[in-house]
Amino acid sequence: MALLTKKDASLILDPLADNNPITIQVLGICSALAITAELKASVVMAISVIFVLGVGNVVISLMRNVIPSKIRIIVQLIVVATLVIIVDQVLKAFAYELSKTLSVFVGLIITNCIIMGRFEAFALGNGPWKSFLDGIGNALGYGVILIIVGFFRELLGSGTLFGYKVLGDPVKMTGLYSTGYENNGFMIIPPAALIVVGIIIWVQRSRNTALIEDN
Amino acid sequence: MLEHIELFFKSIFIDNMVFAVFLGMCSYLAVSKKVATAVGLGAAVIFVLAVTVPLNWLLDQYLLRDGALVWLGPEYADYNLSFLSFILFIATIATMVQLVEIVVEKFSPSLYNSLGIFLPLIAVNCAILGGSLFMQSREIATLGLAVNYGISSGIGWFLAILAIAAIREKIRYSNVPPPLRGLGITFIITGLMGIGFQSFGGMLTGGDDGAAPVEETTAQKTEKEEKEIKEEIDEKEISYNDAVKEYK
Repeated sequence: MALLTKKDASLILDPLADNNPITIQVLGICSALAITAELKASVVMAISVIFVLGVGNVVISLMRNVIPSKIRIIVQLIVVATLVIIVDQVLKAFAYELSKTLSVFVGLIITNCIIMGRFEAFALGNGPWKSFLDGIGNALGYGVILIIVGFFRELLGSGTLFGYKVLGDPVKMTGLYSTGYENNGFMIIPPAALIVVGIIIWVQRSRNTALIEDN
Repeated sequence: MLEHIELFFKSIFIDNMVFAVFLGMCSYLAVSKKVATAVGLGAAVIFVLAVTVPLNWLLDQYLLRDGALVWLGPEYADYNLSFLSFILFIATIATMVQLVEIVVEKFSPSLYNSLGIFLPLIAVNCAILGGSLFMQSREIATLGLAVNYGISSGIGWFLAILAIAAIREKIRYSNVPPPLRGLGITFIITGLMGIGFQSFGGMLTGGDDGAAPVEETTAQKTEKEEKEIKEEIDEKEISYNDAVKEYK
């Protein structure tokens, strides 16, 4: 346990629930919602953000004493943009179909508020190891929400998970479909993502009443 | 001319930045508590989009895309620098935002005071970078269309934040279940508004079933739209009156 003290562990675990970047800090919603119609895209997006935020936090933390505070936003943007270009090129090389699905949203990781938010709030004031944990923790918190939303949208909207027909075949009327079940096309359209996130927030704040806002 | 009009309405209603592709959601949620601030941020977004999209179009056309460097000489025809587009686009945006901030501070301190805090935020507003990236991926053909695209998608974002701010001002007086207060209800309302905006989808593309029914539906939609706008205006007046009362 020398590697992870209690404080370090809380850096990773807090953002998963009570300080979640999406539902509590309201960061990084931009790219979170549009790509969650399929579970696969959500998982890839989550992994990309974990990579960018983990590495980016370390880089910024190492440079925190030499960055002039006036131009720090531009420096941060350049660091993120470089990392995102790496992710984009890797995706294009190894998962071309998927990178077409994600289209501009890979590029939009650059302006994902989670990343700038964590750079500003944490990496600029803490050492590299702590920043790395903080980055991984927040990106995981982001990924968890993404995967939950992707899971429900794909399951209820298309009746599949990762493209596998887990509920049976709607054309041949097997599995659940033989009982008259139908896919909810509503879950596929973009606004459904917002409503699913709204419901996640509802559930989370009902369980932990300390998080309720005044208004 | 027709393609300009088509692009204009398409980017405002069908491909609305907020409701169709969820861009700029962070500032959309954070700065939509009051109509006045929402208007300030919305105006700044329109302005910055109108400047950065054409600039990035020029960059894309003459520097980045496959074979774009051919104007330097035939030996450059094979270069494809499009992998650099993220970093160049964001650099343009950050520089432009900084420049706009300096210019506005110098020439209009009152505007700077009302916009001031929002301008740096805009550099990391996904709607701005998203505008440039969609401009690239949708292959907007001319500079004029790029200007049009920047302005109209900015207007779309402006409308969205104005509407949600007006609704949030009203919702303060409603009895929302406590766990949904604030963020939760805003998400769900945005989702419902998004479903409403989905109905604009047939406005320009629904020509498959013959002309007559399409005309009918568009007429209905414009009626609905007018109603919505009227309602919005009414709401704004009410909240304005409230604000005046509070001020007194």
